[in-house]
Amino acid sequence: MNINDYSGVFVFCEERNGIVSKVSYELIGRGRDIADTLNEKLTAILLGNNILNKANELIHYGADRVIVVDDENLEIYTTEAYTQAFVKIINDEKPEIVLIGATSIGRDLGPRISARIKTGLTADCTSLEIGEENELLMTRPAFGGNIMATIICPNTRPQMSTVRPGVMQMKKKDESRTGEIKDVKVNFTDNVNRVKVIEVVKKEKEEKGIDEATILVSGGRGVGSKDNFEILQKLADSLEGTVSASRAAVDAGWADRSKQVGQTGTTVRPDVYIACGISGAIQHVAGMESSEYIIAINKDSEAPIFEVADLGIVGDIHKIVPELIKEIKTV
Amino acid sequence: MNIVVCIKQVPDTTEVKLDPIKGTLIRDGVPSIINPDDKSGLEAALNLKDEYDAHVTVLTMGPPQAKNALREALAMGADEAILLTDRKFAGADTLATSTTLAAAIKNLKYDLVIAGRQAIDGDTAQVGPQIAEHLDLPQVSYVSDLLKKDDFVIIRREFEDGYHMLEVKLPCLITTLSEMNKPRYMSVGGVVEAYEKEIITWTCDDITVDIEKLGLNGSPTKVKKSFTKGIKDPGEIHELAPTEASKLIVQRLKEKHII
Repeated sequence: MNINDYSGVFVFCEERNGIVSKVSYELIGRGRDIADTLNEKLTAILLGNNILNKANELIHYGADRVIVVDDENLEIYTTEAYTQAFVKIINDEKPEIVLIGATSIGRDLGPRISARIKTGLTADCTSLEIGEENELLMTRPAFGGNIMATIICPNTRPQMSTVRPGVMQMKKKDESRTGEIKDVKVNFTDNVNRVKVIEVVKKEKEEKGIDEATILVSGGRGVGSKDNFEILQKLADSLEGTVSASRAAVDAGWADRSKQVGQTGTTVRPDVYIACGISGAIQHVAGMESSEYIIAINKDSEAPIFEVADLGIVGDIHKIVPELIKEIKTV
Repeated sequence: MNIVVCIKQVPDTTEVKLDPIKGTLIRDGVPSIINPDDKSGLEAALNLKDEYDAHVTVLTMGPPQAKNALREALAMGADEAILLTDRKFAGADTLATSTTLAAAIKNLKYDLVIAGRQAIDGDTAQVGPQIAEHLDLPQVSYVSDLLKKDDFVIIRREFEDGYHMLEVKLPCLITTLSEMNKPRYMSVGGVVEAYEKEIITWTCDDITVDIEKLGLNGSPTKVKKSFTKGIKDPGEIHELAPTEASKLIVQRLKEKHII
Protein backbone atom coordinates (compact mmCIF):
# COMPACT_ATOMS: atom_id res chain seq x y z
CA MET A 1 0.00 0.00 0.00
CA ASN A 2 1.45 3.32 -1.06
CA ILE A 3 -0.34 5.82 1.11
CA ASN A 4 0.39 8.64 -1.32
CA ASP A 5 -2.03 7.02 -3.78
CA TYR A 6 -4.91 7.90 -1.47
CA SER A 7 -6.67 11.25 -1.48
CA GLY A 8 -9.99 12.86 -0.72
CA VAL A 9 -12.36 12.88 2.22
CA PHE A 10 -15.33 10.48 2.00
CA VAL A 11 -18.33 10.44 4.29
CA PHE A 12 -21.00 7.76 4.52
CA CYS A 13 -24.53 9.11 4.29
CA GLU A 14 -26.80 6.78 6.15
CA GLU A 15 -30.32 6.51 4.85
CA ARG A 16 -33.28 4.70 6.36
CA ASN A 17 -36.65 4.51 4.61
CA GLY A 18 -35.66 7.18 2.13
CA ILE A 19 -34.58 9.65 4.79
CA VAL A 20 -30.93 10.64 5.05
CA SER A 21 -30.04 10.69 8.75
CA LYS A 22 -28.95 13.86 10.53
CA VAL A 23 -25.51 12.48 11.36
CA SER A 24 -24.82 12.29 7.62
CA TYR A 25 -25.18 16.06 7.31
CA GLU A 26 -23.01 16.50 10.40
CA LEU A 27 -20.30 14.39 8.75
CA ILE A 28 -20.61 16.44 5.57
CA GLY A 29 -20.20 19.57 7.72
CA ARG A 30 -17.02 18.40 9.44
CA GLY A 31 -15.78 16.61 6.32
CA ARG A 32 -16.09 19.91 4.42
CA ASP A 33 -13.73 21.65 6.88
CA ILE A 34 -11.25 18.78 6.77
CA ALA A 35 -11.30 18.63 2.97
CA ASP A 36 -10.68 22.38 2.81
CA THR A 37 -7.78 22.11 5.26
CA LEU A 38 -6.23 19.38 3.10
CA ASN A 39 -7.20 21.14 -0.12
CA GLU A 40 -8.99 18.01 -1.28
CA LYS A 41 -12.47 17.08 -2.41
CA LEU A 42 -15.34 15.95 -0.20
CA THR A 43 -17.30 12.96 -1.49
CA ALA A 44 -20.55 11.69 0.01
CA ILE A 45 -21.35 7.99 -0.32
CA LEU A 46 -25.06 7.25 -0.57
CA LEU A 47 -26.26 3.65 -0.54
CA GLY A 48 -29.88 2.55 -0.85
CA ASN A 49 -32.71 1.77 -3.22
CA ASN A 50 -34.41 4.53 -5.26
CA ILE A 51 -32.36 7.20 -3.52
CA LEU A 52 -30.72 8.95 -6.48
CA ASN A 53 -33.02 11.94 -5.90
CA LYS A 54 -31.42 12.53 -2.47
CA ALA A 55 -27.97 13.16 -3.89
CA ASN A 56 -28.36 16.81 -4.79
CA GLU A 57 -29.21 17.80 -1.27
CA LEU A 58 -25.91 16.35 -0.03
CA ILE A 59 -24.15 18.75 -2.41
CA HIS A 60 -26.23 21.65 -1.08
CA TYR A 61 -24.96 20.85 2.40
CA GLY A 62 -21.29 20.83 1.36
CA ALA A 63 -20.29 17.74 -0.66
CA ASP A 64 -18.34 18.22 -3.91
CA ARG A 65 -19.34 14.83 -5.26
CA VAL A 66 -21.83 12.14 -4.43
CA ILE A 67 -21.27 8.50 -5.26
CA VAL A 68 -24.56 6.66 -5.31
CA VAL A 69 -25.14 2.95 -5.38
CA ASP A 70 -28.83 2.50 -6.08
CA ASP A 71 -29.69 -1.17 -5.82
CA GLU A 72 -32.50 -3.28 -4.39
CA ASN A 73 -29.93 -5.22 -2.37
CA LEU A 74 -29.46 -1.99 -0.39
CA GLU A 75 -33.12 -1.33 0.33
CA ILE A 76 -32.86 -2.54 3.93
CA TYR A 77 -29.57 -2.42 5.79
CA THR A 78 -27.62 -5.65 5.94
CA THR A 79 -23.93 -5.78 6.76
CA GLU A 80 -22.69 -7.73 3.76
CA ALA A 81 -24.43 -5.86 0.94
CA TYR A 82 -23.42 -2.48 2.37
CA THR A 83 -19.86 -3.71 2.93
CA GLN A 84 -19.54 -4.94 -0.65
CA ALA A 85 -20.78 -1.65 -2.09
CA PHE A 86 -18.59 0.42 0.26
CA VAL A 87 -15.46 -1.65 -0.32
CA LYS A 88 -15.86 -1.39 -4.09
CA ILE A 89 -15.99 2.39 -3.79
CA ILE A 90 -12.93 2.48 -1.52
CA ASN A 91 -10.96 0.19 -3.85
CA ASP A 92 -11.89 2.23 -6.94
CA GLU A 93 -11.53 5.69 -5.43
CA LYS A 94 -8.77 5.26 -2.84
CA PRO A 95 -9.92 7.85 -0.29
CA GLU A 96 -7.53 9.21 2.30
CA ILE A 97 -10.19 9.60 4.99
CA VAL A 98 -13.51 7.80 5.50
CA LEU A 99 -16.01 9.00 8.11
CA ILE A 100 -19.07 7.00 9.19
CA GLY A 101 -21.73 7.91 11.76
CA ALA A 102 -21.37 5.92 14.99
CA THR A 103 -24.95 4.63 14.86
CA SER A 104 -26.10 1.04 15.26
CA ILE A 105 -25.56 0.77 11.50
CA GLY A 106 -22.21 2.56 11.29
CA ARG A 107 -20.78 0.66 14.24
CA ASP A 108 -21.68 -2.61 12.50
CA LEU A 109 -20.55 -1.61 9.02
CA GLY A 110 -17.34 0.26 9.89
CA PRO A 111 -15.47 -2.61 11.54
CA ARG A 112 -16.52 -5.08 8.83
CA ILE A 113 -15.12 -2.76 6.14
CA SER A 114 -11.93 -2.02 8.07
CA ALA A 115 -11.20 -5.72 8.50
CA ARG A 116 -11.87 -6.39 4.81
CA ILE A 117 -9.55 -3.69 3.54
CA LYS A 118 -7.14 -4.09 6.46
CA THR A 119 -6.93 -0.57 7.75
CA GLY A 120 -7.45 1.05 11.14
CA LEU A 121 -10.79 2.25 12.45
CA THR A 122 -11.28 4.54 15.44
CA ALA A 123 -14.65 4.21 17.14
CA ASP A 124 -17.04 6.88 18.34
CA CYS A 125 -14.88 9.95 17.79
CA THR A 126 -15.96 13.24 19.30
CA SER A 127 -13.27 15.38 17.69
CA LEU A 128 -11.51 15.23 14.32
CA GLU A 129 -8.59 17.50 13.48
CA ILE A 130 -5.80 17.58 10.92
CA GLY A 131 -2.30 17.35 12.42
CA GLU A 132 1.02 18.88 11.39
CA GLU A 133 1.77 16.13 8.89
CA ASN A 134 -1.74 16.27 7.46
CA GLU A 135 -2.64 13.18 9.48
CA LEU A 136 -6.13 12.75 10.87
CA LEU A 137 -6.20 13.18 14.66
CA MET A 138 -9.17 11.19 15.95
CA THR A 139 -10.12 11.86 19.56
CA ARG A 140 -12.50 9.62 21.46
CA PRO A 141 -13.64 8.99 25.01
CA ALA A 142 -12.96 5.74 26.85
CA PHE A 143 -13.70 4.41 30.33
CA GLY A 144 -17.17 5.82 30.17
CA GLY A 145 -15.84 9.24 29.25
CA ASN A 146 -13.26 9.47 32.04
CA ILE A 147 -10.33 9.37 29.63
CA MET A 148 -9.87 10.88 26.18
CA ALA A 149 -7.47 9.37 23.64
CA THR A 150 -6.21 10.83 20.38
CA ILE A 151 -5.68 8.08 17.82
CA ILE A 152 -3.81 8.16 14.51
CA CYS A 153 -3.58 5.68 11.65
CA PRO A 154 -0.09 6.38 10.29
CA ASN A 155 0.70 3.57 7.85
CA THR A 156 -2.50 2.37 6.22
CA ARG A 157 -5.21 4.11 4.22
CA PRO A 158 -7.94 5.14 4.35
CA GLN A 159 -7.90 6.59 7.85
CA MET A 160 -11.31 5.52 9.11
CA SER A 161 -13.41 6.79 11.95
CA THR A 162 -16.92 6.40 13.23
CA VAL A 163 -18.20 9.69 14.61
CA ARG A 164 -20.64 10.18 17.44
CA PRO A 165 -23.96 11.65 16.29
CA GLY A 166 -24.79 15.14 17.53
CA VAL A 167 -21.18 16.27 18.00
CA MET A 168 -20.22 17.74 14.63
CA GLN A 169 -22.01 20.73 13.20
CA MET A 170 -23.81 20.72 9.87
CA LYS A 171 -23.41 23.60 7.43
CA LYS A 172 -26.19 25.85 6.23
CA LYS A 173 -27.94 24.62 3.12
CA ASP A 174 -26.79 26.40 -0.02
CA GLU A 175 -28.94 25.51 -3.01
CA SER A 176 -26.61 27.30 -5.39
CA ARG A 177 -23.86 24.73 -4.76
CA THR A 178 -23.27 22.32 -7.62
CA GLY A 179 -21.30 19.10 -7.86
CA GLU A 180 -20.83 15.78 -9.54
CA ILE A 181 -23.18 12.84 -8.99
CA LYS A 182 -21.79 9.46 -9.90
CA ASP A 183 -24.04 6.43 -10.16
CA VAL A 184 -22.03 3.27 -9.50
CA LYS A 185 -23.08 -0.30 -10.20
CA VAL A 186 -21.96 -3.10 -7.91
CA ASN A 187 -21.93 -6.81 -8.73
CA PHE A 188 -23.01 -8.31 -5.45
CA THR A 189 -21.90 -11.85 -4.61
CA ASP A 190 -24.18 -14.53 -3.18
CA ASN A 191 -22.83 -13.77 0.28
CA VAL A 192 -25.34 -10.93 0.55
CA ASN A 193 -28.04 -13.59 0.94
CA ARG A 194 -26.52 -15.18 4.03
CA VAL A 195 -28.56 -12.90 6.30
CA LYS A 196 -32.24 -12.74 5.41
CA VAL A 197 -34.44 -9.96 6.74
CA ILE A 198 -37.80 -11.50 7.61
CA GLU A 199 -39.40 -8.58 9.40
CA VAL A 200 -38.76 -4.86 9.91
CA VAL A 201 -40.40 -3.36 12.97
CA LYS A 202 -40.51 0.35 13.71
CA LYS A 203 -40.72 1.27 17.35
CA GLU A 204 -43.13 3.89 18.57
CA LYS A 205 -41.06 6.74 19.89
CA GLU A 206 -40.89 5.97 23.55
CA GLU A 207 -39.66 8.17 26.30
CA LYS A 208 -35.98 7.73 26.98
CA GLY A 209 -34.72 6.76 30.41
CA ILE A 210 -32.97 9.66 32.09
CA ASP A 211 -29.64 7.83 31.87
CA GLU A 212 -29.97 7.72 28.08
CA ALA A 213 -31.14 11.29 27.58
CA THR A 214 -28.72 13.69 25.91
CA ILE A 215 -30.56 16.71 27.29
CA LEU A 216 -32.02 16.77 30.79
CA VAL A 217 -34.18 19.46 32.30
CA SER A 218 -34.11 18.76 36.00
CA GLY A 219 -36.32 20.24 38.71
CA GLY A 220 -35.78 20.56 42.45
CA ARG A 221 -37.48 21.94 45.52
CA GLY A 222 -37.56 25.41 43.98
CA VAL A 223 -40.04 24.24 41.33
CA GLY A 224 -42.63 24.44 44.09
CA SER A 225 -45.42 22.14 42.89
CA LYS A 226 -46.36 19.24 40.67
CA ASP A 227 -48.14 21.60 38.27
CA ASN A 228 -44.99 23.66 37.88
CA PHE A 229 -43.18 20.58 36.60
CA GLU A 230 -45.26 20.84 33.44
CA ILE A 231 -43.43 23.97 32.40
CA LEU A 232 -40.16 22.03 32.74
CA GLN A 233 -41.68 19.37 30.49
CA LYS A 234 -42.41 22.09 27.93
CA LEU A 235 -38.81 23.28 28.12
CA ALA A 236 -37.61 19.70 27.70
CA ASP A 237 -39.92 19.22 24.70
CA SER A 238 -38.60 22.35 23.03
CA LEU A 239 -35.06 20.91 23.27
CA GLU A 240 -36.10 17.31 22.52
CA GLY A 241 -34.93 16.51 26.01
CA THR A 242 -36.22 14.65 29.03
CA VAL A 243 -37.33 15.79 32.47
CA SER A 244 -35.57 14.59 35.61
CA ALA A 245 -35.72 15.65 39.24
CA SER A 246 -33.84 15.96 42.51
CA ARG A 247 -34.63 13.80 45.49
CA ALA A 248 -36.46 16.68 47.17
CA ALA A 249 -38.87 16.97 44.23
CA VAL A 250 -39.39 13.21 44.09
CA ASP A 251 -40.00 12.98 47.85
CA ALA A 252 -42.54 15.79 47.53
CA GLY A 253 -44.40 13.65 44.97
CA TRP A 254 -43.86 16.08 42.09
CA ALA A 255 -41.92 13.63 39.93
CA ASP A 256 -41.66 9.87 39.57
CA ARG A 257 -38.91 7.99 41.40
CA SER A 258 -37.56 6.76 38.03
CA LYS A 259 -36.67 10.38 37.25
CA GLN A 260 -34.48 10.89 40.28
CA VAL A 261 -30.91 12.01 39.67
CA GLY A 262 -28.31 11.48 42.36
CA GLN A 263 -26.54 9.03 44.57
CA THR A 264 -29.73 7.20 45.56
CA GLY A 265 -31.24 7.72 42.12
CA THR A 266 -29.62 7.51 38.70
CA THR A 267 -26.22 8.82 37.64
CA VAL A 268 -26.57 10.78 34.44
CA ARG A 269 -24.11 12.18 31.93
CA PRO A 270 -26.11 14.14 29.36
CA ASP A 271 -24.68 16.67 26.94
CA VAL A 272 -26.66 19.37 28.70
CA TYR A 273 -28.07 19.33 32.21
CA ILE A 274 -30.35 22.22 33.11
CA ALA A 275 -30.85 22.36 36.88
CA CYS A 276 -33.94 24.41 37.75
CA GLY A 277 -34.47 25.31 41.37
CA ILE A 278 -32.02 22.66 42.55
CA SER A 279 -29.77 23.72 45.41
CA GLY A 280 -27.14 21.09 44.62
CA ALA A 281 -26.82 18.85 47.66
CA ILE A 282 -23.69 16.72 47.43
CA GLN A 283 -25.76 13.56 46.81
CA HIS A 284 -27.38 15.23 43.83
CA VAL A 285 -24.15 16.61 42.42
CA ALA A 286 -22.56 13.14 42.59
CA GLY A 287 -25.17 11.95 40.13
CA MET A 288 -24.83 14.68 37.52
CA GLU A 289 -21.42 16.36 37.77
CA SER A 290 -20.04 14.46 34.76
CA SER A 291 -22.60 16.07 32.49
CA GLU A 292 -20.96 17.72 29.52
CA TYR A 293 -22.48 21.18 30.09
CA ILE A 294 -24.34 22.22 33.21
CA ILE A 295 -26.71 25.15 33.37
CA ALA A 296 -28.11 26.10 36.79
CA ILE A 297 -30.94 28.49 37.48
CA ASN A 298 -31.54 29.31 41.14
CA LYS A 299 -32.73 32.27 43.20
CA ASP A 300 -30.07 31.73 45.84
CA SER A 301 -26.70 32.98 44.62
CA GLU A 302 -25.04 30.92 47.37
CA ALA A 303 -26.56 27.60 46.19
CA PRO A 304 -23.81 24.93 45.88
CA ILE A 305 -25.14 23.94 42.44
CA PHE A 306 -23.33 27.01 41.06
CA GLU A 307 -20.00 25.44 42.01
CA VAL A 308 -20.45 22.73 39.34
CA ALA A 309 -22.35 24.84 36.82
CA ASP A 310 -20.73 25.93 33.56
CA LEU A 311 -23.38 28.59 33.27
CA GLY A 312 -25.13 29.81 36.39
CA ILE A 313 -28.10 32.15 36.32
CA VAL A 314 -29.17 33.76 39.56
CA GLY A 315 -32.88 34.33 39.16
CA ASP A 316 -36.41 33.05 39.45
CA ILE A 317 -37.08 29.91 37.42
CA HIS A 318 -40.79 30.72 37.25
CA LYS A 319 -39.97 33.83 35.23
CA ILE A 320 -36.92 32.61 33.33
CA VAL A 321 -38.15 29.20 32.10
CA PRO A 322 -41.20 30.56 30.18
CA GLU A 323 -38.97 33.22 28.59
CA LEU A 324 -36.42 30.59 27.70
CA ILE A 325 -39.02 28.43 25.95
CA LYS A 326 -40.08 31.46 23.89
CA GLU A 327 -36.47 32.27 23.03
CA ILE A 328 -35.74 28.68 21.93
CA LYS A 329 -38.81 28.73 19.67
CA THR A 330 -37.44 31.75 17.80
CA VAL A 331 -34.33 29.81 16.79
CA MET B 1 -23.68 -27.77 18.23
CA ASN B 2 -20.42 -25.98 19.07
CA ILE B 3 -20.39 -22.45 20.38
CA VAL B 4 -17.39 -20.20 20.98
CA VAL B 5 -17.97 -17.23 23.26
CA CYS B 6 -15.38 -14.43 23.25
CA ILE B 7 -15.21 -12.63 26.56
CA LYS B 8 -13.13 -9.81 27.96
CA GLN B 9 -12.11 -9.13 31.51
CA VAL B 10 -12.65 -5.45 32.23
CA PRO B 11 -12.29 -3.15 35.22
CA ASP B 12 -15.71 -2.43 36.68
CA THR B 13 -15.83 1.09 35.29
CA THR B 14 -18.71 2.02 37.54
CA GLU B 15 -16.11 1.71 40.30
CA VAL B 16 -13.42 3.73 38.56
CA LYS B 17 -12.97 7.09 40.21
CA LEU B 18 -11.08 10.17 39.20
CA ASP B 19 -8.38 11.51 41.48
CA PRO B 20 -9.84 14.92 42.31
CA ILE B 21 -6.42 16.60 42.54
CA LYS B 22 -4.51 15.06 39.64
CA GLY B 23 -7.51 14.33 37.45
CA THR B 24 -6.15 10.86 36.68
CA LEU B 25 -7.94 7.51 36.89
CA ILE B 26 -7.66 5.57 40.11
CA ARG B 27 -7.60 1.94 39.02
CA ASP B 28 -6.03 0.42 42.12
CA GLY B 29 -8.41 -1.83 43.95
CA VAL B 30 -11.01 -1.65 41.20
CA PRO B 31 -12.56 -5.10 40.80
CA SER B 32 -12.37 -6.93 37.47
CA ILE B 33 -15.51 -8.40 35.96
CA ILE B 34 -16.63 -10.22 32.83
CA ASN B 35 -17.72 -7.48 30.45
CA PRO B 36 -21.54 -7.25 30.77
CA ASP B 37 -22.40 -7.63 27.06
CA ASP B 38 -20.08 -10.67 26.90
CA LYS B 39 -21.68 -12.21 29.97
CA SER B 40 -25.07 -12.02 28.29
CA GLY B 41 -23.52 -13.67 25.24
CA LEU B 42 -22.30 -16.46 27.49
CA GLU B 43 -25.76 -16.78 29.03
CA ALA B 44 -27.28 -17.08 25.54
CA ALA B 45 -24.78 -19.86 24.76
CA LEU B 46 -25.57 -21.65 28.03
CA ASN B 47 -29.27 -21.51 27.19
CA LEU B 48 -28.49 -23.31 23.93
CA LYS B 49 -26.44 -25.79 25.94
CA ASP B 50 -29.41 -26.42 28.24
CA GLU B 51 -31.75 -26.92 25.33
CA TYR B 52 -29.63 -28.59 22.64
CA ASP B 53 -26.67 -29.90 24.62
CA ALA B 54 -24.37 -27.47 22.84
CA HIS B 55 -20.67 -27.50 23.68
CA VAL B 56 -19.61 -24.07 24.95
CA THR B 57 -16.02 -22.86 24.76
CA VAL B 58 -15.07 -19.50 26.25
CA LEU B 59 -12.11 -17.67 24.82
CA THR B 60 -10.31 -14.60 26.02
CA MET B 61 -7.13 -12.75 25.17
CA GLY B 62 -5.37 -11.03 28.01
CA PRO B 63 -2.81 -11.20 30.78
CA PRO B 64 -2.63 -14.31 33.02
CA GLN B 65 -5.06 -12.80 35.54
CA ALA B 66 -7.80 -12.94 32.88
CA LYS B 67 -8.02 -16.59 33.99
CA ASN B 68 -10.34 -15.35 36.73
CA ALA B 69 -12.93 -14.34 34.15
CA LEU B 70 -12.61 -17.76 32.49
CA ARG B 71 -13.03 -19.52 35.86
CA GLU B 72 -16.24 -17.60 36.42
CA ALA B 73 -17.47 -18.61 32.96
CA LEU B 74 -16.70 -22.26 33.72
CA ALA B 75 -18.53 -21.97 37.04
CA MET B 76 -21.54 -20.62 35.18
CA GLY B 77 -21.52 -23.73 33.04
CA ALA B 78 -19.10 -23.36 30.12
CA ASP B 79 -17.42 -26.62 29.09
CA GLU B 80 -14.02 -25.39 28.11
CA ALA B 81 -11.93 -22.25 28.59
CA ILE B 82 -9.00 -20.95 26.59
CA LEU B 83 -6.69 -18.10 27.52
CA LEU B 84 -4.70 -16.48 24.74
CA THR B 85 -1.74 -14.89 26.39
CA ASP B 86 1.58 -13.80 24.98
CA ARG B 87 3.67 -10.67 25.16
CA LYS B 88 3.43 -10.51 21.38
CA PHE B 89 -0.32 -9.90 21.72
CA ALA B 90 0.14 -6.85 23.94
CA GLY B 91 -0.80 -3.38 22.79
CA ALA B 92 -3.19 -4.66 20.14
CA ASP B 93 -5.86 -2.40 18.67
CA THR B 94 -9.19 -3.87 17.59
CA LEU B 95 -7.92 -5.16 14.25
CA ALA B 96 -4.91 -6.95 15.78
CA THR B 97 -7.10 -8.28 18.61
CA SER B 98 -9.66 -9.64 16.18
CA THR B 99 -6.91 -11.22 14.07
CA THR B 100 -5.57 -13.03 17.13
CA LEU B 101 -8.98 -14.20 18.34
CA ALA B 102 -10.01 -15.33 14.85
CA ALA B 103 -6.81 -17.35 14.53
CA ALA B 104 -7.62 -19.10 17.81
CA ILE B 105 -11.22 -19.77 16.76
CA LYS B 106 -9.90 -21.41 13.58
CA ASN B 107 -8.37 -24.07 15.85
CA LEU B 108 -11.83 -24.88 17.23
CA LYS B 109 -15.08 -26.34 15.99
CA TYR B 110 -17.83 -23.76 15.80
CA ASP B 111 -21.37 -23.36 14.53
CA LEU B 112 -21.95 -20.12 16.35
CA VAL B 113 -19.45 -17.51 17.54
CA ILE B 114 -20.68 -15.03 20.13
CA ALA B 115 -19.06 -11.81 21.32
CA GLY B 116 -20.46 -9.03 23.44
CA ARG B 117 -21.49 -5.96 21.48
CA GLN B 118 -18.89 -3.76 23.17
CA ALA B 119 -16.64 -3.64 26.22
CA ILE B 120 -17.26 -1.07 28.93
CA ASP B 121 -13.62 0.05 29.04
CA GLY B 122 -13.16 0.72 25.33
CA ASP B 123 -16.72 0.97 24.00
CA THR B 124 -15.60 0.32 20.41
CA ALA B 125 -17.97 -2.52 19.34
CA GLN B 126 -15.42 -3.40 16.64
CA VAL B 127 -13.83 -6.70 17.59
CA GLY B 128 -16.90 -8.89 16.97
CA PRO B 129 -17.57 -7.74 13.39
CA GLN B 130 -13.85 -7.87 12.61
CA ILE B 131 -13.60 -11.48 13.81
CA ALA B 132 -16.57 -12.31 11.57
CA GLU B 133 -14.76 -10.86 8.58
CA HIS B 134 -11.55 -12.80 9.30
CA LEU B 135 -13.57 -16.01 9.56
CA ASP B 136 -15.75 -15.14 6.53
CA LEU B 137 -18.87 -15.55 8.65
CA PRO B 138 -22.10 -13.58 8.31
CA GLN B 139 -22.47 -11.26 11.30
CA VAL B 140 -25.36 -9.81 13.21
CA SER B 141 -24.59 -7.27 15.92
CA TYR B 142 -26.83 -5.62 18.55
CA VAL B 143 -28.65 -8.91 19.17
CA SER B 144 -31.38 -8.93 21.81
CA ASP B 145 -32.95 -12.31 21.12
CA LEU B 146 -31.94 -15.58 19.52
CA LEU B 147 -33.86 -18.71 18.65
CA LYS B 148 -32.36 -21.81 17.04
CA LYS B 149 -34.39 -23.51 14.33
CA ASP B 150 -32.73 -26.48 12.62
CA ASP B 151 -29.64 -25.15 10.84
CA PHE B 152 -30.76 -21.56 11.24
CA VAL B 153 -30.97 -18.97 13.94
CA ILE B 154 -33.76 -16.42 14.11
CA ILE B 155 -32.32 -13.23 15.52
CA ARG B 156 -33.73 -9.97 16.78
CA ARG B 157 -31.35 -7.15 15.86
CA GLU B 158 -31.89 -3.78 17.57
CA PHE B 159 -31.70 -0.35 15.92
CA GLU B 160 -32.27 3.10 17.40
CA ASP B 161 -35.72 3.28 15.84
CA GLY B 162 -36.90 -0.32 15.89
CA TYR B 163 -35.64 -3.81 15.21
CA HIS B 164 -35.19 -6.37 12.46
CA MET B 165 -36.00 -10.06 12.64
CA LEU B 166 -33.33 -11.92 10.71
CA GLU B 167 -32.81 -15.48 9.61
CA VAL B 168 -29.22 -16.62 9.36
CA LYS B 169 -27.86 -20.00 8.39
CA LEU B 170 -25.22 -21.37 10.73
CA PRO B 171 -22.33 -20.88 11.08
CA CYS B 172 -22.49 -17.19 11.94
CA LEU B 173 -21.25 -14.64 14.46
CA ILE B 174 -23.45 -12.51 16.67
CA THR B 175 -22.69 -9.70 19.10
CA THR B 176 -25.01 -9.57 22.08
CA LEU B 177 -26.52 -6.79 24.16
CA SER B 178 -26.60 -7.01 27.94
CA GLU B 179 -30.36 -6.36 27.77
CA MET B 180 -30.71 -9.75 26.09
CA ASN B 181 -30.99 -11.74 29.30
CA LYS B 182 -30.05 -11.90 32.94
CA PRO B 183 -26.90 -14.02 33.26
CA ARG B 184 -27.13 -16.89 35.73
CA TYR B 185 -25.07 -16.99 38.88
CA MET B 186 -22.24 -19.42 39.36
CA SER B 187 -23.58 -22.59 40.93
CA VAL B 188 -21.85 -24.13 43.95
CA GLY B 189 -21.23 -27.31 41.98
CA GLY B 190 -20.06 -25.18 39.10
CA VAL B 191 -17.50 -23.38 41.23
CA VAL B 192 -16.07 -26.68 42.46
CA GLU B 193 -15.98 -28.05 38.92
CA ALA B 194 -14.46 -24.86 37.61
CA TYR B 195 -11.43 -25.37 39.81
CA GLU B 196 -11.10 -28.96 38.69
CA LYS B 197 -11.16 -28.04 35.03
CA GLU B 198 -7.99 -27.00 33.34
CA ILE B 199 -7.81 -23.63 31.66
CA ILE B 200 -6.07 -24.13 28.35
CA THR B 201 -3.40 -21.54 27.65
CA TRP B 202 -2.37 -20.75 24.12
CA THR B 203 0.49 -18.52 23.07
CA CYS B 204 1.47 -17.19 19.68
CA ASP B 205 2.96 -20.63 18.88
CA ASP B 206 -0.40 -22.37 19.26
CA ILE B 207 -2.20 -20.39 16.57
CA THR B 208 -1.52 -20.00 12.86
CA VAL B 209 -1.10 -16.33 12.26
CA ASP B 210 1.24 -13.84 10.62
CA ILE B 211 3.25 -12.50 13.55
CA GLU B 212 3.44 -9.09 11.86
CA LYS B 213 -0.29 -8.71 12.42
CA LEU B 214 -0.19 -9.12 16.18
CA GLY B 215 0.02 -6.74 19.10
CA LEU B 216 1.23 -3.19 18.96
CA ASN B 217 3.22 -3.70 15.74
CA GLY B 218 0.27 -5.27 13.97
CA SER B 219 -2.09 -2.46 14.93
CA PRO B 220 -2.88 0.08 12.22
CA THR B 221 -4.13 2.58 14.80
CA LYS B 222 -1.82 4.09 17.41
CA VAL B 223 -2.57 6.12 20.47
CA LYS B 224 -0.92 9.50 19.95
CA LYS B 225 -1.83 10.76 23.39
CA SER B 226 -4.35 10.17 26.11
CA PHE B 227 -5.55 12.60 28.68
CA THR B 228 -8.20 13.04 31.30
CA LYS B 229 -10.63 15.81 30.94
CA GLY B 230 -9.16 17.07 34.17
CA ILE B 231 -10.63 19.43 36.67
CA LYS B 232 -13.42 21.58 35.40
CA ASP B 233 -12.85 25.26 34.82
CA PRO B 234 -14.97 27.41 37.06
CA GLY B 235 -18.14 28.38 35.26
CA GLU B 236 -19.68 31.78 34.64
CA ILE B 237 -22.38 33.13 36.93
CA HIS B 238 -24.72 35.97 36.01
CA GLU B 239 -27.60 37.71 37.68
CA LEU B 240 -29.82 38.73 34.78
CA ALA B 241 -33.38 39.69 33.97
CA PRO B 242 -35.42 36.79 32.47
CA THR B 243 -35.12 37.97 28.84
CA GLU B 244 -31.37 38.52 29.01
CA ALA B 245 -30.88 35.27 30.89
CA SER B 246 -32.83 33.38 28.23
CA LYS B 247 -30.84 34.97 25.42
CA LEU B 248 -27.57 34.01 27.08
CA ILE B 249 -28.67 30.41 27.67
CA VAL B 250 -29.77 30.06 24.03
CA GLN B 251 -26.48 31.57 22.86
CA ARG B 252 -24.49 29.03 24.90
CA LEU B 253 -26.69 26.15 23.65
CA LYS B 254 -26.01 27.27 20.10
CA GLU B 255 -22.26 27.36 20.75
CA LYS B 256 -22.54 23.79 22.02
CA HIS B 257 -24.45 22.83 18.83
CA ILE B 258 -27.42 21.75 20.94
CA ILE B 259 -29.81 24.01 19.04
